[in-house]
Amino acid sequence: MTSLPKSTERKLGLVIDLDVCVGCHACVTNCKAWNTSGYGVPLADESPYGNDPSGVWLNRIHSFETEQNDMSALVHFPKSCLHCDDAPCVTVCPTGASYKRVSDGIVLVDESKCMGCGLCAWACPYGAREMDPVAGVMKKCTLCVDRIYNENLPEEDREPACVRTCPTNARFFGDLSDPDSEVAQLVACRESVDLMPEQETSPVNQYLLPIERYGADELASPDFNLASLANQKSGGVLSWIDNLLNGN
Amino acid sequence: MPETILNPSPKVSEEVKQTTCYMCACRCGIDVHLRDGRVRYIQGNRKHPVNRGVLCAKGSAGMLHLEAPSRLNSPLLRTGERGEGKFKSISWDEALSLAAGWLGEVRSEDPRKLAFFTGRDQSQSLTGWWAQQYGTPNHAAHGGFCSVNMAAGGIYSIGGSFWEFGQPDWKECKLVMLFGVAEDHDSNPIKMGLSEVRRNGGKIISVNPVRTGYSAVADTWIGINPGTDGLLVLSIIGELLRSGCIDVDGLRYHTNAPWLVNLSGGPDRGLIVRDDQGNPLVIDSRNDKLVSHMDPGAQPLLSKTITTPKGQEAATVFKLMVEKYLQPEFLPANVSEKTGVPASIIEGLARELYQVALEHSDEINHAWRDIYGREHKTMKKRPVAIHAMRGISAHSNGFQSCRALHLLQMLLGTIDTPGGTRYKPPYPKPYDIHPSPARYAGPETPLSGSPLGYPKGPEDLLIEPDGTPQRIDKAYSWEAPLAAHGMIHSVISNAAAGDPYPIEVLFLYMANMAWNSSMNTPSAMNDLKAKDRGGNYKIPKIIVSDAFSSEMTSFADLVLPDTTYFERYDGISLLDRPIGEPDLVADAIRYPVIEVTRNVRPFQDVLLELGARLKLPGFVDGNNEPKWKNYAHYLANHERKKGVGPLAGWRGKKGNESGKGEPNPDQIDRYIENGSFWSAEIPEGALYLKNVNQDYQEWAVDMGFYDSPSPFKLEIYSETLRKFQLAGEGHGPNQPPEELRARITEAFDPLPSWYPPGNISEEDFPYSAITQRPMAMYHSWGSLNPWLRQIHSENRLFVPESICQKENLKEDDWVWVESPTNRIRVQIKPMKAVNSNTLWTWNAIGKRSGAWNLSPKSPETTKGFLLNHLISELLPEQPNGMRWANSDPITGQAAWYDLKVRIKKAKTGEEGIYPEFKSQYKPPDSRRRPSTLQYGKEWTE
Repeated sequence: MTSLPKSTERKLGLVIDLDVCVGCHACVTNCKAWNTSGYGVPLADESPYGNDPSGVWLNRIHSFETEQNDMSALVHFPKSCLHCDDAPCVTVCPTGASYKRVSDGIVLVDESKCMGCGLCAWACPYGAREMDPVAGVMKKCTLCVDRIYNENLPEEDREPACVRTCPTNARFFGDLSDPDSEVAQLVACRESVDLMPEQETSPVNQYLLPIERYGADELASPDFNLASLANQKSGGVLSWIDNLLNGN
Repeated sequence: MPETILNPSPKVSEEVKQTTCYMCACRCGIDVHLRDGRVRYIQGNRKHPVNRGVLCAKGSAGMLHLEAPSRLNSPLLRTGERGEGKFKSISWDEALSLAAGWLGEVRSEDPRKLAFFTGRDQSQSLTGWWAQQYGTPNHAAHGGFCSVNMAAGGIYSIGGSFWEFGQPDWKECKLVMLFGVAEDHDSNPIKMGLSEVRRNGGKIISVNPVRTGYSAVADTWIGINPGTDGLLVLSIIGELLRSGCIDVDGLRYHTNAPWLVNLSGGPDRGLIVRDDQGNPLVIDSRNDKLVSHMDPGAQPLLSKTITTPKGQEAATVFKLMVEKYLQPEFLPANVSEKTGVPASIIEGLARELYQVALEHSDEINHAWRDIYGREHKTMKKRPVAIHAMRGISAHSNGFQSCRALHLLQMLLGTIDTPGGTRYKPPYPKPYDIHPSPARYAGPETPLSGSPLGYPKGPEDLLIEPDGTPQRIDKAYSWEAPLAAHGMIHSVISNAAAGDPYPIEVLFLYMANMAWNSSMNTPSAMNDLKAKDRGGNYKIPKIIVSDAFSSEMTSFADLVLPDTTYFERYDGISLLDRPIGEPDLVADAIRYPVIEVTRNVRPFQDVLLELGARLKLPGFVDGNNEPKWKNYAHYLANHERKKGVGPLAGWRGKKGNESGKGEPNPDQIDRYIENGSFWSAEIPEGALYLKNVNQDYQEWAVDMGFYDSPSPFKLEIYSETLRKFQLAGEGHGPNQPPEELRARITEAFDPLPSWYPPGNISEEDFPYSAITQRPMAMYHSWGSLNPWLRQIHSENRLFVPESICQKENLKEDDWVWVESPTNRIRVQIKPMKAVNSNTLWTWNAIGKRSGAWNLSPKSPETTKGFLLNHLISELLPEQPNGMRWANSDPITGQAAWYDLKVRIKKAKTGEEGIYPEFKSQYKPPDSRRRPSTLQYGKEWTE
């Protein structure tokens, strides 16, 4: 079994704003496109043009129907590795392939040590790890570890691919252990949650909950009515306009 | 155990080339990372005005289009029956000789016998010009089934439109109202904008029968009954007018509200009262005299009835408008049942719009000059931005519903004001400076102008003296007088029926007419392969150009294989459908960032070569030699008029002129250096109210958008519509056929109106059925891409829970869905967030077996389906035996959202998608389908 560091120097992670996610899948395919030719083996697709297309993805979107202001609503929920402080996927690993980095807290798989036993995927309560069907090693979000320090990229691009591409700017990247960081500030000022806290994984990634909506019920319960303005216009709107424009 | 040491800076790519995406119509700037001559990664271009760095699911997966086994590899000649997909590969010389031979013969006899239509094309300024020089009026792109109602409704009302010619002022607006907007045109900008509005604390209200995507993040979702948006809007308009909650000054000076309408009987009844120079007249409140609406000192009255010096009774447009919309039929309580929106919500919407746009709006410091010569130091913010799209467009009342929306904007003063819906240059352009559609001129003779345009009255219709349509699609006939984008959805059925005449060659580019781009898929397929008694195809020759093996290519006699967007030049031109933002004018190119390794050619190069082989004017030089080396050469050097060409940037010999200037042979290089786009900011004083803004008018002339300043008033009342209505009432020399007279008179209301869409009995077919485009797919293109097809490889029919209870349905049940035309068998999924009388599904996921070189039993075939099988080009018979087109009677827009159906559970054992279509063969030189894909393997470390 593999041990976790007692603490990490930083806690790099994602903050995902469910208030503006429209479920477009940009983060999903951009992640795949970057990572299939990035860290470790490619993200294989089986039956790519066949009857049962399925492949490895490091980030997926789940959509749920919920109630909002007594009205049905759809919530789009992007899900990838949460880089937990108490990551059960690491402690369960029999070979030391899964590990959490001391310097930045990223949870990674050293594919050269991975024997593809799949225990970590069973242990992860979020279903965030996927076994590569061709190479037989475990794949997971690396927080684009090959981008965020990469001096071959302009500094502004040294962030995870999903963050850079998100059209609604729903994804943020940074050090959640630094209270002055943008991500920590967002968590502080918005209602945010640990995903499935009962699992006691201490996830680093945080989800910002949808902000309360101004619903149809509010539209329908006025503080005043246009009808009250109409009633003030004696003779109707045409004579009101005539008077107005004639300076009366 | 020590931590594994990683290389923090692995190699990314050898080169980054910047071009323009084409995974949908959005046209974002992309940075293409290249390694070993292949695409390693694609990201959004941060400097690009459209997407500012972001990129959607489709664009991010673009490199897999280059890997698709469905890519065509060489020109193909049909060897089997049409639709089978049996071909042999031929050389380009043979292909071009055949095409030029067919086209040349037709041109010398009767050029109308060529119907040349394009689909999701972004080179319409070339294709339209080619058709013009060839001499066929039978040309259009796909707007007839896409969004002509929005384009025409917009141009005839405000000289602009939603999407390409206008967009919400995302930065400044406080309330966004979306009508019928799902994932659609302008995909990334809408996502970026909605997020910006929410972060700024603004509100989003979405009117849409289905709560997906954008509606999911809206504050308020109004699950309206399909096809009733116009009625809802007119009811809001009634509320605003009744209470006087309107932008009075905006109406006086920026719209035609004060214009006088002749109310005296006779052939001029309902026309605008004008002076001898043709200027519309208004009543000046200073002395009650009639003066031109352009009189610099006039202070027009809005509400008055007068007798003109010529003795005509006349009233202002404003007065007619108030009288119309204050009728009880528009009261919230009286539209509530039809729209499915409670009266209290309608009243609340009116109140909210008024408060945000007018009551609480700020005045900002902003110096500008109007066309009356007045200097202003400030401007009112009107922070309500309305955006509308397919849910308005694809109904048979869509043109008038779109007009109603623009009227609402005018009443609120939100058109091109800070925080409102703003024009994108080169728009606005009022309908009357657009050309009218050009007429057929005879064999070997170019048309005098573009085959498409905006008619000004019945005299501009393209009909024979006996009323017979001149175009194969019957656009610009009495059946669809303002069909400004043509009617691609009518071409195949009309051609097969020889109505109004048979054609010889059908030439299609990038239009999947044998599948999701026809209204009635089975009948389109039958028409494409229909034979006469002699065993000859009724459409004798079909040429198709596409990059991929689609349902449509299987029906071609000759396939001209195109390149992908990575492998060719393109021009996204101000002459066509430019990119652009409210603060700047912009256009863009694509250029080859990947070498072509197949025997395929860019369609635009092929079209130029065909033009040269046919010796079309403009395509050959004085010695009858080809004038253009390729499309890039044409883009940089062609002039449509002096100083104006396809691209507006870096013009002039020195490359330092914008908009207008001599051709610059190095122009394409300048674009490539700048990330494949050009943009120029609108001067500060010219940013708003462009239709009446003197600085904008002058700048637009300098840039070549207008020949001369073209200020205009927003048209609440459309005299053009009234001219058609007058004809319907029996006035004038151009008369509609008797059977269409009542329809013309009703539909061509000069003030925005509403009528129920379609004429299907609700008793027999109680539910609406519509589609939405998923965000990760574009038309039929996504299924050839293994990443995108994993997101959507099959579709379910989403059924409201109330209907599930009534019909005893549960998830994954197979059901029969029946329309008056046809029936389909599909699987369902219950859903709550949908209008309780509406079924819906994702658009264009279902595929014909064998198409796109997918496995013949792929889920797209066995579990994916189209609603198109249920839609007909014609509505059921009227009592008089007539059958109307299933289209908007004004524009001919395909009314595919008018579909009404019933649903019942399939019997035990009745499973599987119905109808099934025979599998098509893949082209002979297709690449094998790999059983696994490990994209990028060679670059992993």
